[in-house]
Amino acid sequence: MRRFGDFSAAEDAVQEALLAAVTQWPRQGVPENPLGWLIQVASRRMTDQIRSDHARRRREAAAIAEDADAVDETQPDDTLVLLFMCCHPALTSPSAIALTLRAVGGLTTAEIAKAFLVPEATLAQRISRAKQRIRESGVPFALPGERERTERLSSVLHVLYLIFNEGYASSIGANLQRSELANEAIRLTRAVHSLLPQDGEAAGLLALMLLTDARRRARCGPGGELIPLARQDRTLWDRGAMKEGVALLSETLARGSIGAYQLQAAIAAVHGEAARHEDTDWPQILALYGLLERMSDNPMVKLNRAVATAMVHGPRAGLELLAELDGDERIAGHYRLDAVRAHLHEMAGDHPAAIACYLAAAGGTASVPERDYLHLQASRLGGSRGLG
Amino acid sequence: MKYILMMQFKMGGWSKGNISNWTPEDARANRGFLDRLNKDLAEAGELVSVVGLGGPEQMTLVQAQKDGTAMVTDGPFPESKEFLAGYWIVDVDGPERAHQIAARISALPGPGGAPANLPVEVRPVMRAASGDV
Repeated sequence: MRRFGDFSAAEDAVQEALLAAVTQWPRQGVPENPLGWLIQVASRRMTDQIRSDHARRRREAAAIAEDADAVDETQPDDTLVLLFMCCHPALTSPSAIALTLRAVGGLTTAEIAKAFLVPEATLAQRISRAKQRIRESGVPFALPGERERTERLSSVLHVLYLIFNEGYASSIGANLQRSELANEAIRLTRAVHSLLPQDGEAAGLLALMLLTDARRRARCGPGGELIPLARQDRTLWDRGAMKEGVALLSETLARGSIGAYQLQAAIAAVHGEAARHEDTDWPQILALYGLLERMSDNPMVKLNRAVATAMVHGPRAGLELLAELDGDERIAGHYRLDAVRAHLHEMAGDHPAAIACYLAAAGGTASVPERDYLHLQASRLGGSRGLG
Repeated sequence: MKYILMMQFKMGGWSKGNISNWTPEDARANRGFLDRLNKDLAEAGELVSVVGLGGPEQMTLVQAQKDGTAMVTDGPFPESKEFLAGYWIVDVDGPERAHQIAARISALPGPGGAPANLPVEVRPVMRAASGDV
């Protein structure tokens, strides 16, 4: 678009380019310089005049592509352009996720469908619809302008975060296709970070993913049961991944940057530093949640701060924070509020209240392992559930 | 997120209101409505499955007995007020969208072409995945 100037022709070219990216980019990853590919496809739809201009540019791009070390300083990498397009805020999250994995991640439709446990035809339609919406919204094949850049990048990071969570949450099951999503999210976030090395939140998100994924092998037991952070075998944590996450985080914080993903990564890093759960620096974690709460409107942050508060100031103080959340309609009645409340009641020694809250939480979650975990906590304290 | 949307018919009104007793126009309108709905859901990439079920006259109740045998009887529970006519499983962004689809199903046209305003039960499909606890 930036080099063609002919908008309608460029629109068709975008469609072709996305289609080509989807069918031709190798599974192993986006090529070092996708410029050659994209221009090659887009130029097929152009007039002779433009086509000859592009034949010249293709020769230049091909020459650049051959030299792996060469960096085209004047043109932003088209991987980033594609990511911005696929994660456009006009798309619903499921659509953006599917399109990103297909067009940028290079996964096949079948692989994505298997990962999300939907029929292949459903996934194919989702992607098709998403591309149509992008065409209809008139998004040009170019990086967003400076003014929109932050918000659009935040959409990209959000989609990558969702993909990571989908994969990480599935790491307790046997569906390898699903847990592979976490690796894919990390790979794509690495790409964003290397393309935008000055962006603190991109670095922060990558650090958060690495620090979280490092705990993957310790989070579930032999029977597939969930193990909380407090009881995990920390020798199973991937120290190499944690080290990388910490280094990334230190570097970005040292530049004076701050943001929600960076803070979440910092909290994960503080947890990671403790050799045993009892060595955890809770005051530091509490301070970090305090900062995070100022940056983020999400009531879940306050929920997590309640846990940290309890660890520093005792369960009563934590329970007071939860009472405040009862007045927040976005989270009131949410099963996680019950789950945290149960945990704090248990800390305070009020077992009947803890049991009641564990059972309430169990009834509110759509996750089988989480429901089983919550029932287990209730029965551990002497409470029980019946089947009828 | 996946949800099951279960279309419930009243047991009492079944034999009288059974679609095989409708006028051809009403039956066509009903079928057309469902076809359009399913097409829209499929095109949106939200449809996981849609299943129509045999009615109470085709229903069998099976219950294991203390002696290890299984009791098999025709027809539904005597106390049943409603039965499941069919269900959709959809994969959507959140509960609001699931409710929107359920509302559309609920209004499907019945005898005389009037919206049937059926109750549609919406429940999350349980997941095997979980975040940290």
